[in-house]
Amino acid sequence: MFLGARELLFARGHFSLMGAVVALIALLVVLLSGLSTGLVNDGVSGLQRLPVTAFAFDDDTKTDSAFSRSVVSFDQVADWADQPGVAEAAPFGNALVNGSATGGDGRTVPVDLALFGVPAGSFLAPEPVEGNRLDDGDPAGIVISGTLADQGVRIGDTVVLDRIGTELTVVGTLAEQHTYGHVDVAYVPLATWQEVHAGAGPGDPLREEARSEATAVALLAEDGAQLDPAAGDDAAGTRTLTLEESFGASPGYTAETSTLNLIEGFLYVISALVIGAFFTVWTINRRHELAVIRAMGGTAGYLVRDTVAQAAVVLVLATAVGVLAGLGLGALLAGSSMPFALEAAPVATAAALLVLLGLLGAAAAAVRIARIDPLTALGGQR
Amino acid sequence: MTRGSAALELAHVTLRLGDGDAQVTALDDVTLDVTPGELVAVLGPSGSGKSSLLAVAGGLTRPDEGSVRVGGVDLATASRRELARYRREQVGFVFQSGNLIPALTAVDQLRFALRIAGRRADAAHTPELLLERVGMSARAGHRPHQLSGGERQRVGIARALVTRPSVLLVDEPTAALDRARSREIVALLAQETHEFGVATVMVTHDHDVIGACDRVLEMVDGKLGQVHAHS
Repeated sequence: MFLGARELLFARGHFSLMGAVVALIALLVVLLSGLSTGLVNDGVSGLQRLPVTAFAFDDDTKTDSAFSRSVVSFDQVADWADQPGVAEAAPFGNALVNGSATGGDGRTVPVDLALFGVPAGSFLAPEPVEGNRLDDGDPAGIVISGTLADQGVRIGDTVVLDRIGTELTVVGTLAEQHTYGHVDVAYVPLATWQEVHAGAGPGDPLREEARSEATAVALLAEDGAQLDPAAGDDAAGTRTLTLEESFGASPGYTAETSTLNLIEGFLYVISALVIGAFFTVWTINRRHELAVIRAMGGTAGYLVRDTVAQAAVVLVLATAVGVLAGLGLGALLAGSSMPFALEAAPVATAAALLVLLGLLGAAAAAVRIARIDPLTALGGQR
Repeated sequence: MTRGSAALELAHVTLRLGDGDAQVTALDDVTLDVTPGELVAVLGPSGSGKSSLLAVAGGLTRPDEGSVRVGGVDLATASRRELARYRREQVGFVFQSGNLIPALTAVDQLRFALRIAGRRADAAHTPELLLERVGMSARAGHRPHQLSGGERQRVGIARALVTRPSVLLVDEPTAALDRARSREIVALLAQETHEFGVATVMVTHDHDVIGACDRVLEMVDGKLGQVHAHS
């Protein structure tokens, strides 16, 4: 990279300008990555943290409304429990509710909750970082997401649900964010969830079948074993989605992630085009100089390698600057109300993609070098 | 100066440019031998075929007829890869106005030429020593835009010689220079041609500079004509 390195210094104004554009794109990609991760966390972190391999929903359920419309019976749970490869099968309830949390000191916090109804002694019951686990003997006790605790809801607070007036008591808090559909998760004993889901308040009668219903069958595969969804669905009359597939049932999840992925994809394409356009212009501006080098015996391969190495230096440096700026800005956003979370893997992948596609753009532009006729170094006769 | 057999031999070379009705004969049955240490000037007006002669002799294009032999190899039948190798290893070009690379300092112009040729300078012909020979050691760290036209040509001559070529092809070296500078540059070319034992062909339309040349040929409509002997 004898020539390329010296050109970087000589034409530092040009390369700084292009580097600034790449850095800005890298910054935007990091912010989008953080927003994407934040939205995923807000949408499905409650599901991600469940020790579940798959969910079996009612047979007629569509993916995008699975958690809101599906109803399964305990018989179906039992059918799944008998399937080979299934380590655990338990009923799982999911319902979105509104209410308000009131503390002993008189403070009231309005809350939107995703109630996850789980049998208190099952593998689904969460381990709180503070307070007590769920207990079927305390049907009003709930364990809440760490993010809800951050909003001021504490152990001992009473949560009163709107419309039906059910009173729940916070008995434990979780360490991490557990959210579903941008709403904080509260784990509740399944029997209580069944009452809330049926719209039965304190003292209201509950139809008999409701006591043996849930939203889905939560399945955990045995270590090293794989579930056989087709066989299980045939036996239980269900439709099974893997845990990842079930994310699509979270409200807005698919639309949000696909929109952000599309924007991110466009940014990669724009970056490759910008780099390609810059190096095309750069090559055109230098065509006489390149013709001289080719007349001196310089091969097109040597010049293309030099140009691509030059692009690599600019891309890596500019991307590093953009990513660092993105991480700095992201640290500020992460503390705000915006759903924003930076994770190393997506940021590293985005940066690598940006560099790789930029190099492809530069390489495509550098192909012009092979077409430069060394004869033009003499003024171009033929 | 000793002269042996020809380092560059063009025999009955014809080069046609363009197609159909627009076709012109740039070189018409040209024969030319240049021996090591000989500076041959080719005079002629614009469009007479002078640059085509350099293009053929430098392996930048292949003739339609005839042969171009350097070191026993016929360039007329060589592949593009072989031509590029020939240019790297056997030829030094001096272009109009030097045609130096803008990003490189004077000394880096020479280092880059060595790098392209895949060679290391021998102790007696390092880039620094060559710049000193052409009177440019004080300007070794300057880039082309910081040099005058004559200085650029001096660096261009040093760059062409640093790879120790057997053939030196010089394209209108005085096109952008005043009379005094032009004579200096051609005198320098003559001196280095004799010192390095290189076969040099210089095309020019400048009659004032031919006094330093060993032979002067004239090109008219693609034909090499009248020969003047000076040495």
